[in-house]
Amino acid sequence: MVGTVVLTLCHRSQLMHRTQAPQARPEIEEEKTSTATGKHDDSPHHTRGASRSATHRTGAGDPGSLAVRELLVISAGSGAAANASSGFGPGLKEVFGPAVEGTGPELIQLLTPEGERVEHPEFAFDEDDETIKSFYRDLVMTRRIDTEATALQRQGELGIWASLLGQEAAQIGSGRAMREQDFAFPTYREHGVAWCRGIDPLHLLGLFRGVDQGGWDPLADKFNLYTIVIGAQTLHATGYAMGLQRDGLIGTGDPDRDTAVIGYFGDGATSQGDVNEAFIWASVFNAPVVFFCQNNQWAISEPIERQSKIPLYQRALGFGFPGLRVDGNDVLAVYAVTKAALQRAREGSGPTFVEAYTYRMGAHTTSDDPTRYRVIDELEHWKLKDPIERVKAYLSRGGVADDAYYAEIEAEGDEMAARLRKGCLELPDPSPLDIFDQVYEEQTPELVAQREQFASYLASFEGGQS
Amino acid sequence: MTAITLAKGITLGLRAAMEADPKVIIMGEDVGKLGGVFRVTDGLQKDFGEDRVIDTPLAESGIIGTAVGLAMRGYRPVCEIQFDGFVYPAYDQIVSQVAKFHFRSHGRITMPIVIRIPFGGGIGAVEHHSESPEAYFAHTAGLKVVACSNPVDAYWMIQQAIVADDPIVFFEPKRRYWEKGELDEQVEPDPLFSSRVVRKGSDATVLAYGPMVKTALQAAAAAEVEGQQLEVIDLRTLSPLDMAPVHESARKTGRVVVVHEAPGNLGLGAEIAARVSEECFYSLEAPVLRVAGFDTPYPPSRIEEEYLPDLDRVLDAVDRSLAY
Ligand SMILES: Cc1ncc(C[n+]2csc(CCOP(=O)(O)OP(=O)(O)O)c2C)c(N)n1
Ligand SMILES: [Mg+2]
Repeated sequence: MVGTVVLTLCHRSQLMHRTQAPQARPEIEEEKTSTATGKHDDSPHHTRGASRSATHRTGAGDPGSLAVRELLVISAGSGAAANASSGFGPGLKEVFGPAVEGTGPELIQLLTPEGERVEHPEFAFDEDDETIKSFYRDLVMTRRIDTEATALQRQGELGIWASLLGQEAAQIGSGRAMREQDFAFPTYREHGVAWCRGIDPLHLLGLFRGVDQGGWDPLADKFNLYTIVIGAQTLHATGYAMGLQRDGLIGTGDPDRDTAVIGYFGDGATSQGDVNEAFIWASVFNAPVVFFCQNNQWAISEPIERQSKIPLYQRALGFGFPGLRVDGNDVLAVYAVTKAALQRAREGSGPTFVEAYTYRMGAHTTSDDPTRYRVIDELEHWKLKDPIERVKAYLSRGGVADDAYYAEIEAEGDEMAARLRKGCLELPDPSPLDIFDQVYEEQTPELVAQREQFASYLASFEGGQS
Repeated sequence: MTAITLAKGITLGLRAAMEADPKVIIMGEDVGKLGGVFRVTDGLQKDFGEDRVIDTPLAESGIIGTAVGLAMRGYRPVCEIQFDGFVYPAYDQIVSQVAKFHFRSHGRITMPIVIRIPFGGGIGAVEHHSESPEAYFAHTAGLKVVACSNPVDAYWMIQQAIVADDPIVFFEPKRRYWEKGELDEQVEPDPLFSSRVVRKGSDATVLAYGPMVKTALQAAAAAEVEGQQLEVIDLRTLSPLDMAPVHESARKTGRVVVVHEAPGNLGLGAEIAARVSEECFYSLEAPVLRVAGFDTPYPPSRIEEEYLPDLDRVLDAVDRSLAY
């Protein structure tokens, strides 16, 4: 069963925890009942998983009898529409199951905030403790990059920085689940995934300092340039995956050949047309792509309720592929789930939506002031779920690592931070003339002339410039 | 008289428009509780409620597309696009829908929509946050396009744009948001679709709009030290253009330089140069020159100062014009 992506029954969003309640709650969200987990068989290919599992959701006796089509008539939202007898098809709770509060069974977790390993019926972490130790290192190093970059921004050395604080496990867990040949399409916040891909963090600083727009080689590093336009990269990921498909790089059974794509995006991005189109493309073409959504609960100042009335992972079903919600602060669970989803893609079973349920602990970026729109209690609540502390607790309890190990990692982090700081300050500004050479593969005479004109203009200043 | 920033000018203008007409509503990302990333809508949701100041889901096409429907119900949506580079997901709605409804419906349907876009560079931002896309919209029949350059205009122009019955793309010079001016409400504002001479001169005419007006004025001040009198015109309206003051000035000085941050190729400067040469050919002592952004994507911010037209580049063009 391990390694098989399974659709779970859907529940009320944990978001009901939120202290602010800007909207009237739909009737169905008032319920507080627990529910069972639905699952389907463990055969490796589930290209039609969505419709099969829909059967389980409703508990209909005849497997496969309820088509995805029927799910599409659900009117999400107000209480009346959630009633089965309204003539508008099954209600939300019939399809998705009764709602639960908090970390309901839909949340896949393998390591509790206290650092206890727990079992999950479908997913297990099947690597050894040494791997967990190495996760710890990645988590700490990533947070160190983040702290240093934030400090550099404060000191005026970076124009802006988008902190990943709180999202380290979502990024390291998924980044480490990738195989060498897999390809990632990040947003602007995937510093931890970049780390896993072996990108020098100095390149990230270069972008936020404004010396270039990402100094790494996206094709060679198999990590696309950061994409700032919300959601655009999900289509790129899907297209790349379709290319893999056409190149015969999926479903061969050769673990070094079969390739998957992972596309990152946020909770806010799920509202963009591009993202929804990506879901449709991936679904109808069965593209080998994992849609990895870090639901950090906020899109700048807008809470998740402003983007969705149902838990995000449940949207996948409507598009025709499975969706799962994983504890985004649990590196073991994120790793296990992403690994399984990537493997599913490599095998030719199509896309998966993974919602990493997490929290943006910092401001949206260094330009943002979150005190204007969210309450501190929420932050305190999530502090208890810190992604690094739980790994440390686990390692310490089992005697896998000791203070000497933590100190060693700490020192390594400091060393890296010092190197980054020095490197950042030394990053050369680009030459203004270079921009003319980067626009086209085949240079135009117009731009050559413009470049020459600008060069002589610059040279006309005393001592010249460039 | 009160000293206000340009951003505050818009805020006050929005507030006045909302007080004057209950059909005015504001929509955009983070415009509610946060008051917008530039705080332009600060306090409006608190005072006018969530039905009139709407934090939308994160989708620009959705913002503009729903504004169309609201406009059909008689509302006057003021849509905020968070940054210039993020208007493109809404481009189809703006160009194919908003712009054409009046024409297609023989005037039965009006689109009194204002699309506010903070534009231009100079703030050290990462990519997509410093662009000048005005020409795309000015090129589209059915849209009107304006750009404010100072706090007082900001205050009046946003109100005039909101009461206008045609769709207006309203460009705000984000790097000038925090610059101050004195607002005297007793002083009658200029009409929205009018250009204005902001500095008198006789040797050459410099045309600018939005963030470049200040640059042009700085250039004129520097030129004065060297004994040249530059006339500076703030275009204010980009579509329709108000050419009368431009032609008048061109006939007087015989030399015209157009300045904008947007790339030169097919930018506003090209249209203006064509019109000036069509109308004022015998008065011209030199070809109309353009000082513009280069025909490249907006560069990384560490070299944006080189990319953006500045005082020196404006004066360089003026010198070339004078030497012609
Ligand atoms: C098309 C587009 N519109 C608006 C923005 C401005 N913007 C940058 S980040 C952001 C919120 C993104 O939220 P989410 O997708 O949840 O990602 P997160 O920042 O939380 O990681 C917005 C609105 C943008 N970058 N692109
Ligand atoms: Mg988010």
